[in-house]
Amino acid sequence: MNQEEFVDQVRSVITDEILTFHQRRHYLASLAENALPYPPVGDACAEALNKGIISDLFEGHAPYRPRYLLPDYERALTNGSGHLELDPPTDLDEALNFLLILYTQVPSITGYPVYLGDIDSLLLPYTGSVSDTDLRSKIRLFWIALDRILPDGFVHANLGPTDNRVLRTILDVERELKQTVPNLSLKVDPELTPDDLLRDAVTTVFATAKPHFVNHEMMVGDLGTSYGVASCYNSMKQGGGSHTLVRLNLKEVALAQSGSIESFLADTLPHYAELNAELMEARIRFLVEEAKFFDHDFLAVEGIINLDRFSAMYGVYGLAEAVNILMEHEGSDSRYGDGGEADELSYRIIERLRAFVDEREMPYCQGAGGRAFLHSQSGIDSDLDVTAGTRIPIGGEPETFEHIATVAPHHRHFDSGVSDIFKIDDTVQNNPEAMVDIIRGAFISGMRDFTFNIDDNEFVRITGYLVRKSDLERFSEGPERHGSTVFAAGSVANSHVTQRRPKRVLIHEHSPRPGQ
Amino acid sequence: MNTAPGLVNSTIRFSAVDGPGNRFVVFTQGCNFNCITCHNPYTIMECTSCGVCVRSCPEAALTIQAGPLVVVDGVACTRCDICIDVCPEDSTPLARYVEVKALVAEIRAVAPFISGVTVSGGEATQQPGFVRSLFLAIKSDSTLSHLTTLVDSNGSAPLGVWEGLMDVMDGAMIDLKALDPDVHVRLTARGNADVLRSIDYLAQHDKLTEVRLLIVPGYNDGLDAAEHAAVWLRDIDPDMRIKIIGYRAHGVRVEASHIRDADPVELDEIAGVFADHGFRDLTVV
Repeated sequence: MNQEEFVDQVRSVITDEILTFHQRRHYLASLAENALPYPPVGDACAEALNKGIISDLFEGHAPYRPRYLLPDYERALTNGSGHLELDPPTDLDEALNFLLILYTQVPSITGYPVYLGDIDSLLLPYTGSVSDTDLRSKIRLFWIALDRILPDGFVHANLGPTDNRVLRTILDVERELKQTVPNLSLKVDPELTPDDLLRDAVTTVFATAKPHFVNHEMMVGDLGTSYGVASCYNSMKQGGGSHTLVRLNLKEVALAQSGSIESFLADTLPHYAELNAELMEARIRFLVEEAKFFDHDFLAVEGIINLDRFSAMYGVYGLAEAVNILMEHEGSDSRYGDGGEADELSYRIIERLRAFVDEREMPYCQGAGGRAFLHSQSGIDSDLDVTAGTRIPIGGEPETFEHIATVAPHHRHFDSGVSDIFKIDDTVQNNPEAMVDIIRGAFISGMRDFTFNIDDNEFVRITGYLVRKSDLERFSEGPERHGSTVFAAGSVANSHVTQRRPKRVLIHEHSPRPGQ
Repeated sequence: MNTAPGLVNSTIRFSAVDGPGNRFVVFTQGCNFNCITCHNPYTIMECTSCGVCVRSCPEAALTIQAGPLVVVDGVACTRCDICIDVCPEDSTPLARYVEVKALVAEIRAVAPFISGVTVSGGEATQQPGFVRSLFLAIKSDSTLSHLTTLVDSNGSAPLGVWEGLMDVMDGAMIDLKALDPDVHVRLTARGNADVLRSIDYLAQHDKLTEVRLLIVPGYNDGLDAAEHAAVWLRDIDPDMRIKIIGYRAHGVRVEASHIRDADPVELDEIAGVFADHGFRDLTVV
């Protein structure tokens, strides 16, 4: 970009009537960052980036904060914070106040925190003498504050796996408020999570389309007991996070060659897999060695995050198209999701990638033993004709049982998360125990995390975030408070929607570029 | 062990509407009632191999061979259901005899996802040997015995049939079409003495999972009828689960075209009658 173009872009952001002050500032920061040269990479890597075979999700040219941070909030509550001049809280009011302040100081790629901690177990120690009425009233106000202060649909709180009154109160408040923020995941363990709690969570899904459900046993096996689910199905170690998320477009990789399936697996896939890793490495080195985030940020200085618990996310998407293109090349009619040889090929591709990621050393990734975490990436609004992560394309999903049987074998490979969405017949609303059965069965089958959509729900989930159908309908008529609606409308129409008024909330992570 | 195969219309692996939790459902073929409101009239009769459907099939997927039923080519069949539309017998060529062993294998695959198995119909108790074999196979398999076994029935089975299922069946869900025998005849072409006896017997043996009342406007939708049914059922067991279901015209035969859908307000009034008589486990759908 030359000087004149740069000035034009800055001017267009500053004079854009549909952006709030905060949104303009965020985009101006992006423009300034992108005035710097990209971290040095080889020619082949740069070419793959330009062609969209690999993508940095528009994180920016000069990373100066990690993409995702999962602060150790328990440690912060125990020790207090010198930087924030906050003593350790001694009661529920102080704990809620402490967390609200700390949340506003946690960066991420979007500028907002993507992880609010195991919120029920964080608050439980402070609730001993609090009556049920007071507990509900205080949590309700806290919940409203989160929605208004953190205007991003990817702000994510975790619940469970054990039952407790804070958790039950949060579900009750969720059903009343029906807010977009925060997003929620419930950790589910066959021994620790009672059916009655799961039923309560399922009825909350009927009202608000959250929480998501997470296979606690599997997560603990891969990440240890201190793990968190952040943003949109991204799981990492607490006190750690992910420096970056760089993703490989498997559809483009398949289109980049015309050879056999065997040559794809042996040559083409490893070639582009390495270019994806090269880009990750360059970005991580800039963040840690040039921007020196971990040397100066108070979260790192006070031990609320720790570089040793960080890693980076190696994302993949477009598996469905890649498999179908390869099957077509081979003259096969089998397609991803049909239970035939296409599914077998999909498992081989992901196993090959997992083996690559396991072998590929990555700097400053001690949180995953010096390697990256494989991640099934659920898409951004500019994705065209390519299916999120390892999902079966919308409209082509088989029945729930076959759907689970097809995708479950992929889940164990994606330590840092995979998202699948199941459409469930609305008859379960009269029989939430049926959904409890399906959740239990899905985890026994090896699913890591998933959510479900009820066909006639007021909420509709499109690519893994949350938006209200009624908001979508109102969108064309007037202003919208939540940016996730902006994104969802973009996803539906596959084009940026004409906005007439500023929106309080934007989803920077999924609509990462200004002035589209 | 008696391993009589069942004449089965179809199976559903995940159902949220055939008893508590998620359930595997076996729909048997053949029913001894002929309800004017039947939503699946093609499950009433057994195939007579008359051949009408064979000549109508656009895919030529149907043939008559040595056995008693029309044979379906599962690959060629597109499930267009023209065979069901043209069947003069209220039947279908798609029903087939299924071995208990094959059903158990299907159930085993979905076992982690379900609370139990329901045999519905058709009328399941028309094939008591098959139902018993299936339930016994489930209950005597240590990996499946936690699954609950339920029968969804019109309640017409003689007591001997229920007695034969007592040790392998966890419960039955019984339709009470009408307490008034004349109304029952108008709705089903059969009297209801067996149905009333079944409800009583199952309740006494703690096997009555629920009683369903299908409310059909112009037949059994009066508050008087609800009052009588509530009193009769209360005297048997006021803690029983009652499901009040509004009639919907979807799928019924032309003979039922004069019947309108049940009004949700009327259904709530009927539920109110049951609530007044102390029933607490009440659902309206």
